[in-house]
Parts: sequence; C-alpha cells; structure tokens
Amino acid sequence: MLDYKNIRNDFPILQREVNGKPLVYFDNAATSQTPQQVIDVIVDYYSNYNANIHRGVHRLSQEATDKYEEARLKVQAHFNAKFSHEIIFTSGTTHGINLIANGFSSILKKGDDIIVSALEHHSNIVPWQMLCERTGASLKVIPMNKEGELIMYDYDNLLSTNTKLIFVNHISNALGTINPIEYIIEKAHQVGAAVLIDGAQSCPHIKPDLQALDVDFYVTSAHKMCGPTGQGMLYGKEAWLKKLPPYQGGGEMIAEVTFKKTTYADLPHKFEAGTPNICGGVAFGAAIDYMNSIGFENIAKYENELLEYATQKLLEIEGLRIYGTSKHKTSVISFNLDGIHPYDVGTILDKMGIAVRTGHHCAQPIMDFYGIPGTIRASFAFYNTKDEIDTLVTGVKKAKMMLM
Amino acid sequence: MLYFCVKFVTVSIEDIQNEIIDEFSMFEDWEERYQYMIDLGKELPLIDDQYKTDSNIIKGCQSKVWVHAEMNDDKIAFTADSDAIITKGIIAILIRTFSNQHPKDIIDANTNFIDEIGLKEHLSPTRANGLVSMVKQLKMYAIAYQTQLK
Repeated sequence: MLDYKNIRNDFPILQREVNGKPLVYFDNAATSQTPQQVIDVIVDYYSNYNANIHRGVHRLSQEATDKYEEARLKVQAHFNAKFSHEIIFTSGTTHGINLIANGFSSILKKGDDIIVSALEHHSNIVPWQMLCERTGASLKVIPMNKEGELIMYDYDNLLSTNTKLIFVNHISNALGTINPIEYIIEKAHQVGAAVLIDGAQSCPHIKPDLQALDVDFYVTSAHKMCGPTGQGMLYGKEAWLKKLPPYQGGGEMIAEVTFKKTTYADLPHKFEAGTPNICGGVAFGAAIDYMNSIGFENIAKYENELLEYATQKLLEIEGLRIYGTSKHKTSVISFNLDGIHPYDVGTILDKMGIAVRTGHHCAQPIMDFYGIPGTIRASFAFYNTKDEIDTLVTGVKKAKMMLM
Repeated sequence: MLYFCVKFVTVSIEDIQNEIIDEFSMFEDWEERYQYMIDLGKELPLIDDQYKTDSNIIKGCQSKVWVHAEMNDDKIAFTADSDAIITKGIIAILIRTFSNQHPKDIIDANTNFIDEIGLKEHLSPTRANGLVSMVKQLKMYAIAYQTQLK
C-alpha cells in the first residue's frame, strides 16, 4: 500500500500555489517533480565535494569520482545491465539517441532499412531522417491503429534481412500506450537487426530488466524519474558499444593523444567526452534509490488506480473524447472536448492551478493520424491523488462551460 | 486640410488602449476577464475566408493565427483569426487597437496595455500561440505600407 500522504511531503513543490490555488501537477510525462531526498544530494554535492572527476589526485576529486561511479553502479543494478561499463551517462534521452544514430552512420549503407514506430516523439524521428539522408538507408514506419497501438502484423511484414536497426519507444509519450517491445526485440533479432528502445516514458512507471529483454540499446532521462534535468543514460550491449565509433571528441574519452594518432579510452569513457554532469549523475543515483524505496510494484498499482479513476470520471463529461485507449497503457490520458481547441482548455485549467500539457506533444504524426491539432494531456505520478483528479474534472467542466 | 480631417476622426491607438484598460477594470476576477475574451472570440467574424490561406498563416506551436492587411486611403485595415478561441479574443483586442490607423502610428505603438489588463502571459514569446509573431507581422505590414506612402 502506497502512503501518498507522506510521500507528498517529500516534494516541496507540491506545497506551492499557482494563481492563488493549490498546485495540481499533472504534467509528469514532461518532467517529474524532485523529492527533498534528491534535492539534498544536489546541495550536498555543491556544498561538500564539488570537483572534477577521474583525473585529480586530490581528495575532493576522489570523493566526487567515487560518488559518480557509485551512481553508475546503481543505474546498472536498477536496470540489470551485465556490466557497469555498458551504462553511458548522457545529458538525456535525446543525447543517447543521437549517439546511436551517429554510431550507425558508419555501419549503414544504401539498401539498408531502419524501422521506427508511428508513435514516436519528434526526437525519435529527426535523428533517423538525418541518418537516412547521410547513408542512403530507408526509413520505414510501423503503423498504429485507432486505439493507439502498433500493428504487429505490419511490423512483421516490414522486417527483412535489410533491416539493420529498429527504434521504438517503450511507452508513447502522447498516448501512454505500452508497446510490445519483447516481441519487437525477438523478431528483430531473428533477422539480425539491432533494437534501440526509448525508455523515457517507461522508467517512471516500471523497472525494465535489460538482460531479460535482451535489448541492444536502451535510453532514458533522469528527470522523468524524480532526478535532475540534463542527465540520462544510454545502455548498450558491450559488443555493440565496442563496435560503434565515439560520438564526440574531447577530454575523458581518450587514452593517448599525439598529433599522429589518438587511441580512445575504454568503455564507458569512450562515449563520455568532456566534463560530465557530475552532480546530475550522483543525483540520478539518488533518484533511483528514492523510487526503489517506494517500490515500482506499489507505484504501478497506485498509478493504475489513478488512471482508472480519472478515465471513468473524465468520460462522464459529455463530448469528451480520450485518444489512446489501449488496454496496455500507463497513467497518461490524452483527451479533447468536442469543438474546443486544447489550448483554450489548458489556459483555463492553468488559471485554476492545474498543470496539464496541451498541443501535439512533439508527436505531430499521431495528431495527424487522428486529424486533430493536439490534445490535452494529463499524466499522473505516484504522488498525485484522487482529490486532484476531482479538481481536474471540475476544471474541465468549467472550461467547457466557459468555452462552449 | 485633408490631413486635419483625418486626424480629427481617427481615435488614437493610445486612446483605444486606455478605453480597453477602462473596460477591463470593471472585471473582478480572471473568470470575468476570460469570459469577456471568449465572448469576443466567439462573436467576431475576424477574417474573410478567402484570406484564411497558408500564406497568411502564422504558426504557433499551440494555435494558428491568420492575418490579412489592406490599405484603405492612408490607413491599414487588419483582419485576423485563430483556431483557438482565447487567442482569437486577444486578437480581437489587438486588432481593435491597431486597425484603421496610419502606418506610422502602428510602427510607433506598443502593446504594454496587455500587461495592465492582466493578459501579459498571452504575449510571452514562450507561449507559442502565435500572438507575438502576429504583433510583429502587423508592424511589418505597417513598415511595408509606410514605404509605399513615401
């Protein structure tokens, strides 16, 4: 049983007001809030052991290096990677995706295929379009159905021995659909293709077991799971990471440099050029500790209750339509009111202290599929409550009354 | 002589803006202010359909805005529209201040009155509703017409 009342006290921001009303924060799919336990770690870092890592012989540098590498071990354990050097610290999901796209530019050639899904975020489409332009490879898309689910029959048909890389999000940011990545990975491996999964939306809700998934690459961001912005991780199987060329040149990533030749550092440093976000890495570790102290089973169960409650309450409003109605989804509800622009609803809700996201959620192809300019998206976290959902429902009713 | 006549019948941008500030001062809370804007957005046919074209569109990330300008005598008449009703209400207010004015006055005018009527956030560059770009566009039209007048 999840004690949400006590949990809410961990988050200072949840105590504040917006436009004179208690904040109702339902934009968790964009970024999660930060608990005091993580804020304390950030303050402690800058108050006590801020130093550059890996090279210094002095005490502070050693302490910072130890904490940073401890965080990498926490990430490894949490995601069940085989080796800690398979965890590359990045600035976030988008950085990880670009790193892989860049790496594959030396592998792909004309005639090769990359497959992405129709449910992707812009950050998941643009790097692959750029990669295809550079290499002459083709981009293929797994289509979706009206429920917002990927059609696996079409995926099977897209696969061939030309397929080199498949890129799919674990959970759709716009609709909340949980994609069948186990099936996608298994089928991809049958034709010898690699799979990169975007876990930005899944990591706040579930604990992926990377070895069990047998996935080749997995990326996520710390700020979606109670950690700081500007920090993320890329997991890659050791063999793949050894094969891919470095992404950026700079300090940290080299073993030896002369003007004739540079030899690169071993994993993971080969992909971590320059001074990293040291505090971000340490705080990422603290965020993982925090979420595990609550427990992902508890989180999933409670958020599912919130999702069911909110779905039922919102559907009682006449003229409200929910987009993304898969049975397999997380606590995200994308919806519209008949004949009303989502921007207008979002503006009224903000006046009432309710934070939702409106617009195309960086997933314009999905909006085009439904023929709408965007949606209102309410996304719930384990620190939200049914009372807050009631406030949202009241707000939506009020917006409807004002705007109709 | 003609100049004086025109000057006489044109209410200045500043006067109109002060009128709007007066009107908004009657509202007691955000709900009344927003209801008024929504009603403005609902009522006004702001643009002729033939001008609701792609070349007249200003794409915000959130809402779309269309703007059309015409020179009548030596004043510019603006019409505009949006797919979001609150955006449209604010357009109605902006058009009321900027339309049927001399290009030079439009170039010199500002939109500070929006702060005073409690709608500042809608003209924030990060709002992505197309309104900031729309104001820029109105001024661009004014500059273009001003050049023609010379």
